[in-house]
Amino acid sequence: MSEYGTGAGAGAEDPAQGDLTGGADHPSWSAPGPAPAEPAGPAPVTPADAADAARLVSFGLQPKLLPARDAEYGELLRRYRDEPAFARLADAVATGLGLVVLEVSPRAGMAVTADEDSVFAVRMGDYARRASADSADRFLHGLAHLAVAALAFPRPEDLADDGYIGRITVNGVDAFVRQACRRLEERAEEQGENTDPVTDAPGLEAAWRTYARRSATGATKDARRLAGSTTGIIAKAVAFLVDSGFLQRTGDDAGGAYRTTARYQLQVRDMAGSAAMAELLELGVVPVGDGSATLLPAEDTDDLELVSDAGLPFHSS
Amino acid sequence: MTFPAPGTAASQLNGVARPEGGARPAPGPAADEGLARRLRALACTAPLHDLDTRKANLAGEYGVYAMAEVALAAIDLVTLHMDFDTGADHEQIVARLLPRVAAQTPRRPAAEHERVARWVLENLINVGSVDRGFRAVYGTFGPEGEYVRRDYDFKLIEEVPGPGGGVYLRTTDEAVNVLVGALDTDVTSAQIAAEVKLEVLISRGRLADAQLAAEQARYRTVQYAETLRRTLDATRRNVRAVDWLRAVPDMIAEALDHVAERYRHENAILTNIRRARDEAEDPENKRRAAELVDIVKDCIRRHTQLQSRLLEAGPLFRAEQDRQAFAPPAGRSGLDLYGQLVAPVLPLPVEQAIRVTDAFFARGTGFRTGTSVRLGDLVGLLFQPPVEREHLGAEMPEPDLIATPDDSRFSEEQLEAAQALLDLPADAPRRLSGLLAEARRSDPVLPYLVALLAVHAASPPVGTAYRQGEQHLLFAVDDGTVLDDHEFGGADLIVGKALLDAAGMAADRSEVA
Repeated sequence: MSEYGTGAGAGAEDPAQGDLTGGADHPSWSAPGPAPAEPAGPAPVTPADAADAARLVSFGLQPKLLPARDAEYGELLRRYRDEPAFARLADAVATGLGLVVLEVSPRAGMAVTADEDSVFAVRMGDYARRASADSADRFLHGLAHLAVAALAFPRPEDLADDGYIGRITVNGVDAFVRQACRRLEERAEEQGENTDPVTDAPGLEAAWRTYARRSATGATKDARRLAGSTTGIIAKAVAFLVDSGFLQRTGDDAGGAYRTTARYQLQVRDMAGSAAMAELLELGVVPVGDGSATLLPAEDTDDLELVSDAGLPFHSS
Repeated sequence: MTFPAPGTAASQLNGVARPEGGARPAPGPAADEGLARRLRALACTAPLHDLDTRKANLAGEYGVYAMAEVALAAIDLVTLHMDFDTGADHEQIVARLLPRVAAQTPRRPAAEHERVARWVLENLINVGSVDRGFRAVYGTFGPEGEYVRRDYDFKLIEEVPGPGGGVYLRTTDEAVNVLVGALDTDVTSAQIAAEVKLEVLISRGRLADAQLAAEQARYRTVQYAETLRRTLDATRRNVRAVDWLRAVPDMIAEALDHVAERYRHENAILTNIRRARDEAEDPENKRRAAELVDIVKDCIRRHTQLQSRLLEAGPLFRAEQDRQAFAPPAGRSGLDLYGQLVAPVLPLPVEQAIRVTDAFFARGTGFRTGTSVRLGDLVGLLFQPPVEREHLGAEMPEPDLIATPDDSRFSEEQLEAAQALLDLPADAPRRLSGLLAEARRSDPVLPYLVALLAVHAASPPVGTAYRQGEQHLLFAVDDGTVLDDHEFGGADLIVGKALLDAAGMAADRSEVA
């Protein structure tokens, strides 16, 4: 495949590919550089190419690794973009491992995610032990992930816009779900419904009620967050997403502040959102969006996100 | 610790609901609805009764303590210490409960009193259940006439996250309702009613009742602030969700009017009570009035807190609008995660909702690569002695300080000279022209500093002097005389010094603050 190369002496950082490819003379490969000459016929795939493709996938399996920080990663990404045969090879390696390729780009790197039956897939039972036994816990853990995504990308435009970076805090997510639950509670009250669930039928309890009656936080003997509280469950979710390379911690305020990465947006947009939508449609619930804002504030409120500890103008004793 | 065993509660409560003689009661959803509401209200008091029942199970002689009384006092304390942002501090509540517990059994050791206070507070939170709440079972008749048992879940004191990562206590609406009585009314009107009552009571000199009414007014104030805080907390995610054209400005104006009115109202009350306090001869009445002053001052503090938040709303909205509305539109439309997923999922029964959240979880969490451990590494790791933790942390590097050049226009000596010049006797103000001439004799630059100080004195910092309790204040007045000077123009100010009544101001300050 040396015919792809436009220069010599490339890949000093990668001896394995030294004679295979050039590319050191693409100083900025975000610009559409000179298109490499397409091979006339199908190029033979060498074991070294396969090793490179697998190496690229292995970079993709380190979700916190940024392409900008690793020269070899960046070089392999460039190859993926410039050489269709190499791209097909890398895709095949990923598929064989049970991975789905979401995007390959300098911003997200080789963004792959686990197929449902893949060895890399995360199972709820491994994620939270209580969740496998208790359906309420299982639901709360799932809802925490959904709520984090909903708050990270509050508007459809935010999810669609590649440049958007969402910011969330643990307490913010909790407050937002509680607010939604409260609105449902108020609505049920207005309609005179009795929302108290029937005894011994926990599965029939309304989802919002399960969340609303779980305490938000709790003091523990060792000053840690109460794991079973809703902020504990959300904190677990965001910590997990940080390890998945989906969120980055930015501070400690309001229970922990985080911002989203490109990978998270891809994952939510292309995988999780549609999967959850499909399930919802199967349940016969057809949410209709007309483009107007849905994340409404409570009745009679306005758009006030107030600064905490706002100073008192006078008479502060 | 979990309250109560569902079976027992059900039998108690069903006793109320069960029809006599086997005949079904005249059902009608409305009648049953009212009954259900009362059953729930009744259930809210049960944890308090339960405390007195269960005190016998404590190891030791705890029968003498009136636990329900301590519990009600605890709910009172938490409600009164709830702030706009946070809640009440756990330790503080325990500390304030102690005098009452100690008063019940003065001869018992203090450690036992503390144990009782903690036991009551923990039971009100219901530490030990995963929800940290209570559940009561009651029965209602469904639309088809069938009898349905339902779970009623409630909390009395809940733990909420505070700004510094701490945990604070708040009383729930249920608890406030249990405490203050049937509060199924509009918060605002209830507050007005309470305050009118207060004024009447004060004018008739019935202070004992006045204190009760004032405390009730404060509960309403806290509740009002709480409602507002929750609703204000909710938004900011999408400016289009808000009607900024009419609804929001109306709301802010209304709220500000409300604060202004309450402020006026409570200041009037404050004046009245102060008079009552000062004129009262009975020491008991004097003490009551003094307490009342504190309560009303707390109300005023809460209103001003609300007001400052309302004033910050506008700039925040505009910043958000800039960010959201003036960004170029995205090419494709995305999924509306809240509107199309979260909102439809929440009303579903858990067993259906869980399918959606499971699907999201399975696809939305990413992947995990398994880690395998080499036995050799593991043995080494396990035998490694624990690392001594540094007590003091890393050494701070010595900061490299660079002296900034002194570029002040006037030197310290010049300032002192100018101030000495302006240190006029209180009864002898002087013209600026005279001061300038005198300054010019000692130093050609000094007149500039004197002029500057005099101009500042034309708008003297009265508020600062008042707050800091200054003895005197430099002032300057323009009486229309034109300054005739070759370096400066403008008015020939009269500069003088005013003596301030520091002691009187200090007394005033302590009253208002």
